[in-house]
Amino acid sequence: MNTSSHEISLTVNGRAVEATVESRLSLADFLRRELGLVGTHLGCEQGACGACTVLVDGRSVRSCIMLAVQADECELRTVESLAPGLAMHPLQDAFHKHQALQCGFCTPGMLLRCLELIEENPDITDEEAREGISSNSCRCTGYQYIVDAVVEAAEQMRQ
Amino acid sequence: MKSPPFEYKRAEGAEEAAALLNELGSDARILAGGQSLLPLMNLRLASPAFLVDISRAGDLKFLHIDNGSSGASPLHVGAAATQRDVEMSAHTLRVAPILAEAIANAGQVPVRHRGTVVGSIAHADPSAEVPAAFLAQGGSVIAQSLGGRRVIPSEDFFDGVFSTVLEEVELVASVRVDEWPEGSGHGFRELSVTAESWPVAIAAALIHITDGEVDRASVVLGGVGSTPLWRPEAEAILMGSDAGAEAIEAAAEAAAAGLEPPSDTFGSGAYRKKMARVLTRRALADAAERAGAAERAGGKQ
Ligand code: FES
Ligand code: FES
Repeated sequence: MNTSSHEISLTVNGRAVEATVESRLSLADFLRRELGLVGTHLGCEQGACGACTVLVDGRSVRSCIMLAVQADECELRTVESLAPGLAMHPLQDAFHKHQALQCGFCTPGMLLRCLELIEENPDITDEEAREGISSNSCRCTGYQYIVDAVVEAAEQMRQ
Repeated sequence: MKSPPFEYKRAEGAEEAAALLNELGSDARILAGGQSLLPLMNLRLASPAFLVDISRAGDLKFLHIDNGSSGASPLHVGAAATQRDVEMSAHTLRVAPILAEAIANAGQVPVRHRGTVVGSIAHADPSAEVPAAFLAQGGSVIAQSLGGRRVIPSEDFFDGVFSTVLEEVELVASVRVDEWPEGSGHGFRELSVTAESWPVAIAAALIHITDGEVDRASVVLGGVGSTPLWRPEAEAILMGSDAGAEAIEAAAEAAAAGLEPPSDTFGSGAYRKKMARVLTRRALADAAERAGAAERAGGKQ
């Protein structure tokens, strides 16, 4: 079957992007294959694990179950935007310090979800962080270290 | 996996979406948030030839309280309103707190950022939270076709597993959730094996109390049949009662009586049936407590 292409224009990590995409291309595959932003990981490709989380117009979404064509005119943030230079983002620093990652597969999605949680709730508690990250699966850390990192990063970011 | 190929069409409004459905026929599906449909397509369990995207349709992106003619003011939810927006809205908390509670239990926040309330109702998953809450509170579905709109009462809408009375050429433009009078309370309970897995069973209930007596009740179960199930037998027991522990226990028993729920990895049919009773009891206790508190507060004014 032939499917037509669609012109989209959007902003990715502050950069204007114009592209032509096939109907069925997922936003995740668009970011990874067309833009080379391979920080966005694909685990389940069915909306369950959260590895592919990106921020669309400031809100966390699963990029494996959003179409690239649906991101037309949207503003996107991927994990690559966190540390544009050599210095890490305070949230990344906190993940590093608390060993909030092991294999790192869930980390890009986890970081963006955590960033959203802190931005929504700068005084986030352990409990709120735990509930908040229940959207994202991590098979390594047992979550406690991620909770510790989020709470400490929030503290750092308040200062 | 990746979705099979399909053709994407964006509709700027409800009329345009209906015209596209009319033109494309049974090969077309409506795409709103896509949080149920796109996973199904990635799993290759669904393969529509066309998707008609209504998530940007200007006349479907709304959430407000209508001025009802009979004094009641229903919550009106457009087909492009996201679950997260509906969940967090003061309108929802005022008119349909049971819906906010159901949404909070449905999927993850990032999924609710894109998923829609109307989409969940139209998808008609018998184990989903939003259809159960919608049916419990009652209301109507506004279906759009090329020829115009028709109103379908909530109790007539669901007719099977993932199936509704909607025609192929119709889409749900919006749903209205009826307002219950002051002195009402709701309860919403579900049981899942883990916090993130599909519910084993759901109970959604509302009660209205006047002068210490129940004069309106609604009980709906999810996850135990081919649609969300309305339980009039349980309601009949509650009517005229004081909504005390005894009446609630009897109503819960009536709600679960005759159920033949399906079995799967998350629970056997017998377990589901038992849990339906337990959850109904708890949901009704919550509803009774809230209704009692609302009635006492109303009485003081
Ligand atoms: S890859 Fe998108 S949620 Fe798992
Ligand atoms: S660090 Fe391995 S999955 Fe989270």
